[in-house]
This record gives sequence, C-alpha cells and structure tokens, in this order.
Amino acid sequence: MAKQVTIDAKGVHYTPLNQQIRKAVEDGVDEIVVDNVLGQRFIGNGLRGNATIRVNGVAGGDLAMFMSGPTVIVSGNAEHAPGNTMDSGKVVIHGSAGDAVAHSMRGGKVFVRGDIGYRGGIHMKQYETQRPILVVGGSAQTFLGEYMAGGLLLVLGLDGAMKAREIGSGIHGGEIVIRGDVDEACLAAGAKKLPLTDEDRARIAPVIQEFAADFGLDAEPLVKADYTRIVPASARPFAGKYTWE
Amino acid sequence: MCGIFGVMDKRRQMMDGSGIREALSMMNERGSGEGAGYVAYGIYPDYRDCYALHVFFDNACENKAIVDATLEQWGSIECDEAIPTCDQLNLKVNCTPWRYFFKPDASLAPGSASPEKDVVTNLVMQINACANGAEIVSSGKNVGLFKASGWPEDVADYYRIQDYEGYIWLAHNRYATSNPELWERPDPFNLHDWSVVENGKTTTYGANRRYVESFGYNCSTGTDSEVIAYLIDLLTRKHGLDINLAIRALAPPYWDEIDRMPEAEQNLNRALRFAYGSATMNGPFTVVAANPDMMVGFTDRGKLRPMVVGECGDRLYIASEETAIRAMEPKVESITRPAAGEPVIGRVAP
Repeated sequence: MAKQVTIDAKGVHYTPLNQQIRKAVEDGVDEIVVDNVLGQRFIGNGLRGNATIRVNGVAGGDLAMFMSGPTVIVSGNAEHAPGNTMDSGKVVIHGSAGDAVAHSMRGGKVFVRGDIGYRGGIHMKQYETQRPILVVGGSAQTFLGEYMAGGLLLVLGLDGAMKAREIGSGIHGGEIVIRGDVDEACLAAGAKKLPLTDEDRARIAPVIQEFAADFGLDAEPLVKADYTRIVPASARPFAGKYTWE
Repeated sequence: MCGIFGVMDKRRQMMDGSGIREALSMMNERGSGEGAGYVAYGIYPDYRDCYALHVFFDNACENKAIVDATLEQWGSIECDEAIPTCDQLNLKVNCTPWRYFFKPDASLAPGSASPEKDVVTNLVMQINACANGAEIVSSGKNVGLFKASGWPEDVADYYRIQDYEGYIWLAHNRYATSNPELWERPDPFNLHDWSVVENGKTTTYGANRRYVESFGYNCSTGTDSEVIAYLIDLLTRKHGLDINLAIRALAPPYWDEIDRMPEAEQNLNRALRFAYGSATMNGPFTVVAANPDMMVGFTDRGKLRPMVVGECGDRLYIASEETAIRAMEPKVESITRPAAGEPVIGRVAP
C-alpha cells in the first residue's frame, strides 16, 4: 500500500521544511503532501527516488533544483527557476512561473500550465539519452531559449499571443517549438526557423499528449496544430565574437 | 539580489507598518542582514504642512548645532526630537536618528516654480555634501524614512514601524555588496516628494551621476538609488515630464523596438533618447518609486530583475516575489509579472 504523509508548511522556514521532506523520502514515503506553502525555496532539491511531492500553494525559487527522479506537482504559481539543473523526474506547475524556468536543465520534464517569465529554458542542455523537456501552456517571454544547448522547449500559447522576442539568443543546440507562426523579427541572431516535419510532429506528439493529460486538456487539436520549429543556425553562434581562429 | 516591496492604498486608507515588516521578511533570502529600510507616506498628519527631515547624526551633541543653524537660515523649525527607537540585540547602533518638522522660507528661492522644494533640495545637498556628521535621509511633507544596517525585522523593531500608519509604504532588504557599516547607504532614498527602492545595480551610475550633478544635485552616498531619486525629481519637477515619459527616458525601448513603432511614436521616443541619453539607466534593476500621489514600478529593458504586481480592492502591490504580496494579502485578486518596458503606475484617488 502506498505510504502518504502530509506536512504543514505554514510559517516554516525552508531549511526545516526541506529536512522533513527529505526524511519522508528516506523513509520510503510514496506521496508527500505539503500544505500552505508560501515561497519556501529549494523544495525537492537534489532528491532521488520516485516519490511524488504535492506542493499546495506558491513554491519558492529553485524548485526541484538538481532533482533526480521524483515528481513535484505545484497547485499554484512558482517563483524563479523551477527545474534549475534538474537531472530527471518531473515538475508540474498548475499556475505560472517566474524568470529562468528550467535554467540549465539537463534531463526530465517541466510542465507549466500558465505563463513563464523571461529567459525560459536558458542554457538547457542534453547528453546522450539525457534530454530535458520544458512545455509551457501559456506564453513565454523574451530571451526564450537563451544560450540553449540541448533539449526540447515547447510553447503552446493557449491563452493568447506570445510576447517573446529575441528567441533563441545564442542557441547552439536543441530545439524550440512554438504553436502558430513566429515573426522572423522575433528571432535572435543565431536562431533560424524551420517548418515542422511529420517526423518532428511524431516526436512531439507524446509530449503534448502527456501535457494535455496532466492538465485535463484535449490533446487532439494541439497535436494537429501548426507549429514553428526554431533551431540553431550554427553550432558556434559567437565563434567570431569572442574568439579568433 | 535585494528584495523590494511597495504597497499603496488608492483611497488613502492607512496601513500600519506590521504587515510591511512581515512582507519584507518573507524575502530575507534576498538580503544579507546588512541593510534594510522602510519609507511611509501619511505618517505625520499633525505636521502635514511641514517638511519632515529625518537626519542621522554621528553624534547628537556635536553635529546637531550645525544642522540647527543651517535650518534656521533657510526657514523655521516647528519642532524637533529624537526619532523613538527601541534597541535590538542584533543591531549595532552607530548614529542617532533625529527628526525636524521644518518650514522653508519660500522667499529664499525667488523665480522658482516650486520654491519650498528648491530650498529643501539645497539644504539636503548642502548638509549631505559636508563631512559634518549629519546626513538628511528624508525630507518630504508627511513622509518619513527609517533605515539601518541590519535584517528587516530588526530595523522595523528598532524604529517601531508598527506605530506608524501610512497609505503608501516602500521597503527594501539589502544584499550588501559594499560599505555595510553605514546606515545611510541602504535603500530607500528620498528627496522631499520622491522615494526610491531598487533591486539591482545600474552600470551607468557614473554617467547618470554626472548628469544629475550638472543640475546642482550632489550625490553623497555613492549609491545608485540616490541618483535615481534625484533623476526622477529632475525629470518630473524641474523638466515637467509626466511620470510615463520620465520612466521612458530612464528605461527607454531599444533602438530596434523604436524602429518598429508608428512614426509619431518613433519621433517621440527618438527625441527622448537623444535628450536624455545621459539619464538612461542600464544594467540590471527593478525600481519602485513613490510620491504622495502615486507609486510606480519599472524594470531594466533586458528584464534582469523580477517584478511581481498584485492587486486587491484599493491596494496595489509591487514586489520582488509573489510571496511577499501574499504574506500581506493572502486573498490577493490578481498577480501579474509585467514585461520590461511596461511601467506599473498606480495613482491615489484625488
């Protein structure tokens, strides 16, 4: 039988709160419900295993940083950089998130139902089978995929027009897929647009279906929709800027 | 880092300082315990016609006589007293906070459109420029600024800010990068009407400082927020720009954004950038500023610092983190994160 514990985070500083969560994971708890969260940072940091952590409230900065395995589900918004350098596992945010979402992420999934702030997916990277995925249901802001080195960044734009400019500034790996057309003027130097091929669509379809299932959305129209795929124009966008051959 | 917080009640309903203390302490991770401060509007209704001068004396015996004499030259002191404080275990007191309620002599600034404010400005510049052991930290009507080197809770308790009631409050939690000992260094900064709190660091400090100093302001603390307060006073009071244009001059759109605007808007924005090139602030920053009639927030163009806006009934909140807003207003009705270049402007009902 699945083991569950509930922790009341009201007025608790993040250090003792995270100690309690860590202890529960060590004790083999499968589901940890954390109520009344109000900005406590570093929840789920460096945790391993396959527990599920339900964060009820607003998660503080650097949620699930370095996390490797568990699932974190946030009922409200998250502050800056959820999924920072995350290794594997999953973060599901039902609200919106601040700047630098999925900062340097190296594996696993971050799903945000609402909007994200500036510099989403900054320096996401990939290595062999490690391939991080960030999906945004709403809109992303400027410098989306800045210095991106790998992984998949998918923006569905369910709640209106995308506001992001300077998309893929310094991108040298990975791909950014955005529903609808993206004005060429919104791309940063070093990024280029490509049409989404059938092969690409087949690759992103399971991601869209998983996202839709997590948030109770109809996946079918999203899978069929038009997308713009943005990739690096070169593997070394700043080769001539900072170095001399 | 640094954490900033601002709240304004559009109908001037008063808030005591306890909620602001709690909101700011939610962001302690953004500070280093080496500076915090609060500024509030509407706290001195009994002296609403006087300029409230908050002064830090190195030593009240030696340094006060100089300030008394200077003030008497420029107007009259209605009342003066030590600011009530309550010693805190973790706060090392290194000056004596004092307040004057002062009426400037308007006839001493002939030809000025705002003679009283010119007198007060000159006084602040003169006293702060001298190494006379006195530093005026705030100088507005019905406004007071309370700051020290310490954690937000200790600074709040030292000044007993829960005893003050204001309709606009700004607060700042400092992540010190230099000069941690001096009480006048942390934000907020104030010059009569305007108060400023900032999260960040402008990289254009030198250019901006030379620009305001060419108009007679004197920057005595070496801190960018001081320059920002003077820039806002210069652009709005002296140059008559409305606050929208003033913010646009300080944090203008990039040239390529201007290129995409309709022609009339292009012309305006080009003119502003040419006229105020030296006032343009660069580097990472979020600024929240207030005067008796409004509270505004804006960020740098590249959005390198956070700004969260909350609204609930008559209350407008601007903060570095959503949690600070929710600490004071658990049932907040809307939370937004405005884009860079979209200033947030809240006005008090006339």
